[in-house]
Amino acid sequence: MIEIQNVSKVYPNGTIGLKNINLSFEKGEFIVIVGRSGAGKSTLLRSINRLHEISEGDIQIDNRSITSAKGQQLRSIRRDVGMIFQNFNLVRRSTVMRNVLSGRVGYHSTLRTVLNLFPKEDQQLAYNALQRVGITEKAWTRADQLSGGQQQRVSIARALAQEAKIILADEPVASLDPMTTRQVMNDLKRINQELGITMVVNLHFIDLAREYATRIIGLRAGELVYDGPVEEATDDVFSNIYGREIKDDELLGETAG
Amino acid sequence: MSTDNNRPIKRTKTGLTILLLALLCWGSAIRTDASLTTLINGLPQMGDLLIEMVPPDIQYFSDIIKPMLDTIRMALIGATLGALLAFPCALFSANNLFPKFITIPTRFVLNLLRTIPDLLLAAIFVAIFGIGLIPGIFALTLFSFGIIAKLTYESMEAIDNGPLEAMTAVGANKTQWITYGVIPQIAAPFAAYFLYSFEINVRAAAILGLVGAGGVGIMFDHTLKLLQYAQTSMLILLTLIVVVLIDFITTKVREQLL
Repeated sequence: MIEIQNVSKVYPNGTIGLKNINLSFEKGEFIVIVGRSGAGKSTLLRSINRLHEISEGDIQIDNRSITSAKGQQLRSIRRDVGMIFQNFNLVRRSTVMRNVLSGRVGYHSTLRTVLNLFPKEDQQLAYNALQRVGITEKAWTRADQLSGGQQQRVSIARALAQEAKIILADEPVASLDPMTTRQVMNDLKRINQELGITMVVNLHFIDLAREYATRIIGLRAGELVYDGPVEEATDDVFSNIYGREIKDDELLGETAG
Repeated sequence: MSTDNNRPIKRTKTGLTILLLALLCWGSAIRTDASLTTLINGLPQMGDLLIEMVPPDIQYFSDIIKPMLDTIRMALIGATLGALLAFPCALFSANNLFPKFITIPTRFVLNLLRTIPDLLLAAIFVAIFGIGLIPGIFALTLFSFGIIAKLTYESMEAIDNGPLEAMTAVGANKTQWITYGVIPQIAAPFAAYFLYSFEINVRAAAILGLVGAGGVGIMFDHTLKLLQYAQTSMLILLTLIVVVLIDFITTKVREQLL
């Protein structure tokens, strides 16, 4: 589903972001990428939908190379890949509904979307997406009236309305408290299981990674140092990924789930 | 330690700055023949003028209400047309939205436009279209265009990049990206700048008449030339009331917007 081949990234200032990464993600996997901050987790994730350009290699999504895609082709690949951000990235002054519908713009003509003329099916789709994350009653509220956890669920709904086949989540719970963290992670898990949407999630909490992932990817200084099923990712494996013992702040800790 | 060492240097700097400023003022006064004696000699005349201005000619009110309304209309149309032109130009000037080869030329044109004083713009349009309201409207259009475009693009460059990133990620094209990512974030400040420009247009429009661009300014010119100072003071009074009123209303609305 996602093929990452010999991908390297060097920033203009010479910093190495990624070093010759080779990965292949299958449909329906729940992949969690772990590593210390600056290890290249975010760079890797953002390379997949080309929010970041890579310096070398090729990335293919459903056998279409996003690395060499241009214009309409690039937009149509991106349409299939939803993205969830640490800071939610909603338009705070717009309603929840408009934020969710913004996930549909790739499917319609410019004129139609600019005039806000979404067909009935799209509005139903957006409503269903909100239902799946349990915040339909907030549909006509302005996004800035919502709590962090609710905003993150709106952004999940946006990815669902987009009918994405893959969802990339860049530290989706880093700005949330432990309680809402669980709720958001549970939403992602449920969507992954019920709809078969492939999840690629960056996390820095090791216990969360273990709890939700089916497969763990470990990055250290831009290099791939672990790739395997969650069952085989022992404490030693994590210590190796982090290059040191695991600290308490890398664990979310026990909360009633 | 370091503060003790720096203190005398700072003092000398302040002293030198004041001295330099004083020298510049003194030099400028000499070169322009401005002297305190001229000012003092002129004082009685100023007093005479003020006495003639009081009381304002209340009767004159009925004659100037129509030109005053014209001035407000000019300001409103000017601000509206200016805002319509300003929005696309502001987009093309924002470095976070368009590449440098578009923003730099657009900004250059905007800067060029803003260097032309409004009175000069009016004079040019009077030369083109003849005396009347039309040249005034065009002058105010360009004047507000410059102001609104500048303020708007600066606000655009300060918007939250997050929604833009999200719109890129959903596969939006440039127009959709602007409609969903930029416009909701800029709409309120843009409306506030429109009101602000309307507000300063009213003040600017009041004197545009001096060069024949319609409105209440023509009456200023007439009454001053005919030495009807009581009427001039009535004009000043009415202008003051209108400007204060519009300032008050637009400020209130702007507070609600932001």
